[in-house]
Amino acid sequence: MPNTLAEKILQAHTDDDASEAGRIVRCRVSLVLANDITAPLAIKSFRAMGAKRVFDRDRVALVCDHFTPNKDIDSAEQVRLVREFAQEMGVTHYFEGGDVGVEHALLPELGLVGPGDVVVGADSHTCTYGGLGAFATGMGSTDIAAAMVLGETWFKVPPTIRVEMSGTLSPFVGAKDLILAVIGRTGVSGALYKALEFGGPLTSALSVEGRMTMANMAIEAGGKAGLFPSDAKTVAYCKAAGRHAETLDADPGATYERVLMLDATGMEPQVACPHLPDNVKPVGELKGLRLDQTVIGSCTNGRIEDLREAAAVLKGRKVKKNLRCVVLPATPNIWRQALKEGLLEIFMESGCIVGPPTCGPCLGGHMGILAKGERSLATTNRNFKGRMGSLESEVYLCNPAVAAAGAVAGEIIHPAAL
Amino acid sequence: MIITGKAHKVGDHIDTDAIIPARFLVTTDYAVLGANCMEGLEPGWVKRVKKNDIIVGGENFGCGSSREHAPIAILGAGIPVVVAKSFARIFYRNGFNMGLTLLEVGEDADKLHDGDQLEVDTEAGVIHNTTTGQSVRCAPVPPSMQELLDAGGLVSYVKTRLEQGVHSK
Repeated sequence: MPNTLAEKILQAHTDDDASEAGRIVRCRVSLVLANDITAPLAIKSFRAMGAKRVFDRDRVALVCDHFTPNKDIDSAEQVRLVREFAQEMGVTHYFEGGDVGVEHALLPELGLVGPGDVVVGADSHTCTYGGLGAFATGMGSTDIAAAMVLGETWFKVPPTIRVEMSGTLSPFVGAKDLILAVIGRTGVSGALYKALEFGGPLTSALSVEGRMTMANMAIEAGGKAGLFPSDAKTVAYCKAAGRHAETLDADPGATYERVLMLDATGMEPQVACPHLPDNVKPVGELKGLRLDQTVIGSCTNGRIEDLREAAAVLKGRKVKKNLRCVVLPATPNIWRQALKEGLLEIFMESGCIVGPPTCGPCLGGHMGILAKGERSLATTNRNFKGRMGSLESEVYLCNPAVAAAGAVAGEIIHPAAL
Repeated sequence: MIITGKAHKVGDHIDTDAIIPARFLVTTDYAVLGANCMEGLEPGWVKRVKKNDIIVGGENFGCGSSREHAPIAILGAGIPVVVAKSFARIFYRNGFNMGLTLLEVGEDADKLHDGDQLEVDTEAGVIHNTTTGQSVRCAPVPPSMQELLDAGGLVSYVKTRLEQGVHSK
């Protein structure tokens, strides 16, 4: 029977029958992940389970990326707890200091996730790894604790919505715009309990980084996972990360719940307006909306090609007076690469604030919090009420070029109109 | 497992704030959370519940936050089963993990009314409505999930497996 990507990957990790949506299967996991916010709760459950060790110290990743560098005493205590647990268990992949990056940018770069993997994380954006052809999903802390102990978890095999992408991308339009357009059409619960599977002729034109940007926001459509096939680009990406990988795709004739056709031709940059990611409009409709802050970074858009896009717009231009443009390269490697390519020089020349790799402002943690009445344009993934600070602030989501253009103009603007 | 109890009907999109409001999240105690079950839906709701009663919900039961306190509150109120048209994904996981049986029956939930006496056979996947004489079928709880429920939830399940020395390879 022809299978979807989700069914295929789950089947390879279980002795149960995963060939049909709705079945419950017990799966071996490739990697288990938690961060400085969710690991402390998982550790509590781990202790309650009476566990003495993790199932495999090389296949648990603990990434302290949300409030780091620790923003206050409470966050420092949380990180201390995670660090002590990591040391006690001998967890290989523990990150906290100069080696820490935003988890979903960091782990792919280190070759810790790849095609065909089943990855579970106590973080809703764990679905990012679907960009590499992994079945990856977020869960509660107790689920993650059990997976850390047993090396397995259970899934209900999800029905799949196939997203067929075609056409050509206009200048200043990319992966972020495609996924915002998808969410605009499905709505925030349109993919509830389901997998999104991306395919079609435009797929091969997208970089692996771009695919991760799209898979990352599957959860914003309510999705359990967002999956891309693994192709020659994926294999090359993994090789550069020091990992062997193979190509992987859904079987022709697999059963989909529905197929969503997305033609990129003529598409404008997309912006998600407050206070839900499905409130999507073309940038042109929002022209002139005054801004107080722009954020370029996060697990959605903090990778090197995102920084290149932003720098291309900012080069030779100045950030508007009294606007904060916060640039957070997502990992130390991306930071170094941006330094080497002269991107950081461009950011500093134009008046940006360049910070360390951290989730920081995306979840209203630190390093760019909004006051009452302030408005931010951001390359992040959520614009819920109060997400980046005051309950009376606003977040608009967009791609890196649009965020950079907004920083220069002090208002929302199409980068081509600068 | 066979459970016999009275149906307590609730509507669509019952969120975790309705099941257990955030002000009660300062504890993980079953009795305390149970005493405030559905407090966000209707103050004093839980007073109608007797041990082994059953919640019958509509669409998307348990939507909202990932708080594991929500299934704990339902169990703490003495309710071992929730029957609904559909469940929100994270709640569905958390329910089984905490030891709460969840049965998805689609539109057939409309055949179960508030106050009806129900007899639920989780293994056979049959909900017999003693009041109306009608039966509603649902997918039986699979053996692997039954194992989880029998153990009393995920923490106890893992604990037991560790005691037996069973690790995944």
